[in-house]
Amino acid sequence: MRYLLRRSGFFVLTLWAALTINFLIPRLMPGSPADAIMARFHGRLSPSALKAITTALGIDTNQSQLTQYFQYIGNTFRLDFGDSVQTFQPVAKTVAAAIPWTLTLVGVTTILAFLLGTGIGTIAAWKRGGKADSILPPLFVVGTGLPYFWVGMMLIILFAEINPWLPVALGLDPGIETGWNWVFIGNALRHAILPAAAILITSIGGWVLTMRNTMVTTLAEDYIRMARAKGLSNSRIMLDYAARNSILPNLTGFAMSLGFVVSGAVLVEDVFDYPGVGFMLVQAVQNEDFPLMQCLFLLITVAVLVAVLLADIATALLDPRTRSAR
Amino acid sequence: MSSERILEVRDLTVEYAVARGSVRAVDGVSLDLDAGEFLGIVGESGCGKSTLLFAIAQLLSPPAAITGGSVHFKGRNLVGMTDKQLATSRWLDMSVVMQSAMNAFSPVKSIGAQFRDAIQAHEKWSRDRIKQRSAEVLRLVGIDPIHLRSYPHQLSGGMRQRAMIAMALLFTPDLIIMDEPTSALDVVAQRSLMVQIKELQQKLGFAVAFVTHDMSLVSHFSDRLIVMYAGQVAEVGRTRTVFDSPAHPYSKGLLEAFPSIRGPRVHMTGIPGNPPELINPPPGCRFNPRCPVAMPECSHIEPELYAVGDVDVRCLLHANGGARV
Amino acid sequence: MATIGVSAGVDEAPTTAGGKTGRKSGRDSRFGGNLWRAIRSNRKATVGLGILVFFVILAIIPQWIEPGDPGAEIYGRMLGPSAQHWLGTTAYGQDILSEVIWGARPALIIALIAGLFATVLSVLIGVSAAYLGGIADDILNLLTDVFLVIPTLPLVIVIAAYANHHSLSVLIIVLVITGWSYGARQLRSQALSLRNRDFLQAAKVRGEKRSYIIVFEMLPTMTSLIVANFLGAALYAILTASGLEFLGLGDTSSVDWGTMLYWAQNNEALQTGQYLWATVPGVCIALLGTAFALLNNAFDEISNPALRPVRRIRVKRTHS
Repeated sequence: MRYLLRRSGFFVLTLWAALTINFLIPRLMPGSPADAIMARFHGRLSPSALKAITTALGIDTNQSQLTQYFQYIGNTFRLDFGDSVQTFQPVAKTVAAAIPWTLTLVGVTTILAFLLGTGIGTIAAWKRGGKADSILPPLFVVGTGLPYFWVGMMLIILFAEINPWLPVALGLDPGIETGWNWVFIGNALRHAILPAAAILITSIGGWVLTMRNTMVTTLAEDYIRMARAKGLSNSRIMLDYAARNSILPNLTGFAMSLGFVVSGAVLVEDVFDYPGVGFMLVQAVQNEDFPLMQCLFLLITVAVLVAVLLADIATALLDPRTRSAR
Repeated sequence: MSSERILEVRDLTVEYAVARGSVRAVDGVSLDLDAGEFLGIVGESGCGKSTLLFAIAQLLSPPAAITGGSVHFKGRNLVGMTDKQLATSRWLDMSVVMQSAMNAFSPVKSIGAQFRDAIQAHEKWSRDRIKQRSAEVLRLVGIDPIHLRSYPHQLSGGMRQRAMIAMALLFTPDLIIMDEPTSALDVVAQRSLMVQIKELQQKLGFAVAFVTHDMSLVSHFSDRLIVMYAGQVAEVGRTRTVFDSPAHPYSKGLLEAFPSIRGPRVHMTGIPGNPPELINPPPGCRFNPRCPVAMPECSHIEPELYAVGDVDVRCLLHANGGARV
Repeated sequence: MATIGVSAGVDEAPTTAGGKTGRKSGRDSRFGGNLWRAIRSNRKATVGLGILVFFVILAIIPQWIEPGDPGAEIYGRMLGPSAQHWLGTTAYGQDILSEVIWGARPALIIALIAGLFATVLSVLIGVSAAYLGGIADDILNLLTDVFLVIPTLPLVIVIAAYANHHSLSVLIIVLVITGWSYGARQLRSQALSLRNRDFLQAAKVRGEKRSYIIVFEMLPTMTSLIVANFLGAALYAILTASGLEFLGLGDTSSVDWGTMLYWAQNNEALQTGQYLWATVPGVCIALLGTAFALLNNAFDEISNPALRPVRRIRVKRTHS
């Protein structure tokens, strides 16, 4: 229990850190982006939109920074992020539209990559010294060196341009209504295949390698030899003794590299014009839509933090040592 | 007690693949073990004794492999058998106890679960029967059965070690192989564990092959003693004989390195030098470079095992006096 | 049939006091010689090193291979590959090959410098945390974890968005700030496992100062892991920097692989069939990334021999 308390404490602390970073960055940047923004948008925005930006950037000279800070925290918890500069809609509403797209694409693909990668890593370590182990790991190592967006571009060239049987961009063909019907789902899935493949290809290598390396170290442990001595079946040993122990550091690794995976997802969404949170972030940046940008950054960070907390809970469930230790 | 021979090892050879070629960690070792017998195997680090033990139990992994010889256990030659064939005797007839119980148990499963795995690998007993038997063996070694629910890290070191022995007794095997089970314990715990092992052995009648570097400890409990050096058997025979009048200069050196707490004060002599590099053993007798009584022919004639009274010795000193084994 | 991996202990080839198979020696002397041998014997490392050297050459002397201003928009537009333009030209009339060759320099500068500083930070924080222990360790640990969890590219994007001028130094600073945490964690782990080793206790008993112990006793044993970390940081730097540039948040007027891809995408290169423009710079990034990844993996294996490829002995089955 103490373990979970610590991890929850960490969650809260990092959340606070992210919020504060979000608040501080525009205020710390040299060269006062605030003035430039003001100059750009002045006269073209409604007073409320202008106010949103000034609040977001802290140019509101009527109040002290500290007051603004508390206002900002308060607003965040009320999910009030101001209005988007591009759409003049509340930011929260705009963002909410993009969340499901990213959640399905990135969420499903990452979990898939983790499961597949862990499985392949387990088998590769088990069949150490065999053919599979000499070819696969180097291949996956190469995979970790590939940039996410380039893989996306390559996939586009291969499957959408040269061989146009998959759509090249967007989440849906224009004109299709969203709704829980097969047309929608089928179409959405078709559009998700290539981005998902890009994320899968680039991220799976990392899981395979970490799992394999952990397994190799685990397989050298005495309890594996003991399991053999007891006459347990190979699959039993591989799964119940070796993988069971190896997955624990892997879960931690999973949590730690989520930030990186999310980064890649942002790039992939951009390449495919996939209407998710990452794509929206890039658009927001390119259009200097700061309120939207801040909200998205916070959202992404919170999502990662939640995933980390979930991984911590899973570790606590699987590893009895955390339950009784500090 | 019947003197049925349950283990016959002949000319066993184990090699490791290393960058520069291969190393013979065990070179043509032969030994016998009768039912209920306690055999001690001693030698310094790197002499191959643990490798020998695991080779007998068919528990080696790459880069090590058995490259010659046979291991007849209860009539079957274990060398070359597949895992499936070996499974029929694993744990039922032969079990293993390792040096560190902390490492021998999986840290994420309870003790009881690991006992259950061992049982279920061979028998289809009911849940109750499994629990009953597990509790029974724990009681045999003096542990409260409530600890079946405990995880390895929740037990003390000594308890863990005894739990490991209990696990080895689940099917009351004919042979238990023990690889330095006392080395990680303090002196007092060592002795009490040894006493307990001996009591269990006399009660349940299993044979023990016990590897250790502590010659004086094992000699109080073993029936016969093997002294290994550089991958070969240097001397083997009844413990009392080997201990009281060692025939091999190496055994002699080993014994003189353990002072007696009661005897007269003697000048401590160690054995100077280092064991040979096994990738390229020296010609002739392997102990020759360090031997205090080496003869000229020792550097080019490889001694065989010669029977001298109660013991077999690999030393040219006894080449003429005894019959070749 | 089961093929289980290497076991330490029993299956370790028996060595003697005189043998040199042990790698747990306190000091890694003759580091250069050992390093070279280590790289040569590991195939992944040699390939990685080869690729890296290739790019380093391109970075150092681009003017000898392809003189002139690579960004000059003087040629015909969207030309296909030909004798004068091996890779064709861009939609702005720039020679692609020339841009690609000159692009090696900024890529390597970013990767190596950001990697270096991030590693220095990792070492400082990771090793100090391990050695100091107690409250200091807890605080540094917390700091590391916080930086680790916050998603990097979004953070980098946000920072770059606010920064008015997108120069190389800003990019490097941002990469260092976001890239040190992973290494710090790894190094702290290893330093922790070393902390109680005998050779360090011996130094303490000798009366050596803490800083001396850290720098002269601990660090040399961790060299391969530090190098592995450096390579990992360099990989992170090049991939993230390219990503940023691709999004248009780098210096869009510079000649750089990522920026090339930004312009390519802006001009719908994929859809208009200008495949060379859209792929070649990416191939270079991928190659350089692969080089770092291979070398990183190789050094992981060097610092942890248990991960190295296992040799199997050919067993002659004798049934007697």
